[in-house]
Amino acid sequence: MSEDSEVARQYWRKNLKIISLLLTIWAVVSLGFGIALAPWLNQYQLPGTEFPLGFWFAQQGSIYVFVILIFVYAWRMNRLDDEFSADQDGQ
Amino acid sequence: MGVTAWTYLLVGSSFLLYIIIAIRSRATSTGEFYIAGQHVPPVANGMATAADWMSAASFISMAGIISFSGYDGSVYLMGWTGGYVLLALLLAPYLRKFGKFTVPDFIGERYYSQTARLVAVICAIFVSFTYVAGQMRGVGVVFSRFLEIDVTNGVIIGMAIVFIYAVLGGMKGITYTQVAQYCVLIFAFMVPAIFISLMVADTAIPQIGFGSIPDGEELSLLARLDGLHEQLGFTKYTLGSGNTINLLAITFALMAGTAGLPHVIIRFYTVPSVRAARKSAGWALLFIAILYTTAPAVAVFARTNLIDTVEDKSYAEIPDWFHKWEDTDLIAWVDKDGDGRVKYRAGNALDPAKPSFLEERGVSGERLLSNTPTGNANELYVDRDIMVLANPEIAGLPNWVIALVAAGGLAAALSTAAGLLLVVSTSISHDLLRKWLRPDLSEKQELLAARISAGVAVCIAGYLGIHPPGFVAEVVAFAFGLAAASFFPAILMGIFMKRMNREGAISGMLVGLIFTASYIIYFRFLHPELDTVENWWWGISPKGIGTVGLCFNFMVAGIVRSFTADPPEEVIRMVEEIRLPEVK
Repeated sequence: MSEDSEVARQYWRKNLKIISLLLTIWAVVSLGFGIALAPWLNQYQLPGTEFPLGFWFAQQGSIYVFVILIFVYAWRMNRLDDEFSADQDGQ
Repeated sequence: MGVTAWTYLLVGSSFLLYIIIAIRSRATSTGEFYIAGQHVPPVANGMATAADWMSAASFISMAGIISFSGYDGSVYLMGWTGGYVLLALLLAPYLRKFGKFTVPDFIGERYYSQTARLVAVICAIFVSFTYVAGQMRGVGVVFSRFLEIDVTNGVIIGMAIVFIYAVLGGMKGITYTQVAQYCVLIFAFMVPAIFISLMVADTAIPQIGFGSIPDGEELSLLARLDGLHEQLGFTKYTLGSGNTINLLAITFALMAGTAGLPHVIIRFYTVPSVRAARKSAGWALLFIAILYTTAPAVAVFARTNLIDTVEDKSYAEIPDWFHKWEDTDLIAWVDKDGDGRVKYRAGNALDPAKPSFLEERGVSGERLLSNTPTGNANELYVDRDIMVLANPEIAGLPNWVIALVAAGGLAAALSTAAGLLLVVSTSISHDLLRKWLRPDLSEKQELLAARISAGVAVCIAGYLGIHPPGFVAEVVAFAFGLAAASFFPAILMGIFMKRMNREGAISGMLVGLIFTASYIIYFRFLHPELDTVENWWWGISPKGIGTVGLCFNFMVAGIVRSFTADPPEEVIRMVEEIRLPEVK
């Protein structure tokens, strides 16, 4: 039982690490690039287009990143679950 | 074939499809009625969630709002998609692991309290009804504009359709109809966008088309629009109003509110496993992103088209769509300088801003108004909802594309309405009756109660659609603010703070709710004249105040928890249990 809960704690810690990393990216692209830093980023353009960069992050870029973040999370967590299940079977 | 014939054909066949699906997926148990028997595959649930989420407002109004507010419209794009990241990472997998039927179920059991359940039920019903009134109205409006059926009959037809599949099929019927509705609505949104992108930007991808430089041109559409805006005295399209704190607060409130809306959360109860819930959230956002990244392109196409077509043209030479929408009260022109040409400039052309039409016509043939013309040079009033509805006509697209937009708008409105009505019906039959007033209910009786409450909810929603309270737009701000300040923190703490107790959660929810509601009521209903940036606290508008309510919720919950008893042992074990992965 105690070993079980040690494994569970480790699993939870890893989960929290993944979540904080992904949510940091989430906040940086939307609230950061899309809003707070947008006026500064607008002096640059998305290469090959005439999108001001801050405007592009607010209306396009952040949304693409959001989609990727969720799929990365699902992939990482489903793999973590597999590892954890394997540990459990090994006991 | 004419537009009307095409519209009857496309709307009629889409309705027939929904009814066939409904009859084939009847629910026979409460499990099927509430959560579709948890057999929905992740991709299908992703589509259903996307249709559930994208309402008449997303389909019809959003591109129009962005078109008229430029960069500032970004808060809706980021807020309504970014919320799915919060939902996917922080809520959906755990709620699926918990595996009951409703959001109040989780709140009630996690905080071992019927009071907490009751607060959650009341919020869920309130949020859902405010939303659904807008959907039914949307149905009526589409019917009246495209098929010349009056709004009342339009709403009744919409009610009848929703009634059939919500009452018969419950969540199971709703899910598979929503999958079909997603396909209809995304097709209807994308076809005109792609057509126009090909015409004006030489590319089939609207997301690229509005900012890339077409062959043989010097400027991209976006840069040209910025130029037009400067020339006509509007703020540059790609620049915002500059109130950064307020934009941050609104975006965050919309994000947290999206993650806390019960009709979205409940969709993640319907998939077979936690793994499926995680993937399904990704699919949902991908399907939503297709529309949400196209909308800003449509906004730019429509705005440029509008300015090009009307600015400094004489009333007689303007294309026919202008006169058609003028006849439906959505466009108005007042010839301030008497030169017979339309001038489109910044500021409201009329006082009051909404036109009220007289029977007579003016010298150029325009409809005369009883409004006082304002002192500025702007002569044009354009309702922002026509940007999506009229866009295909403005661009001169074929009739079937115009008709398709009507079918898409109806699919968006009906799918969202059905999801919301299901929340109302389960809140009543499951949370109020089964879990509180009548615990002795048999499953058969509970199912009957669920069907009856779904039926009653459809009728109330229809009534609200025919006789909309004058403040629908204001109330939607309410729905997000309340969800952000109440549900989202309560569920989050329930999962991530093992020792959060009943006292902390309930006081946090109440403080969040009361603060947010009072702020909105004060500025939107009691003193609308004070609703300006100088009077707002910290410069935050009522739309963004949910962010502050959410912070208060967390603070109060933490403080109260620190001097009250820990939650019981079995609740702590339950939290540990929902945090664990599913062992295969």
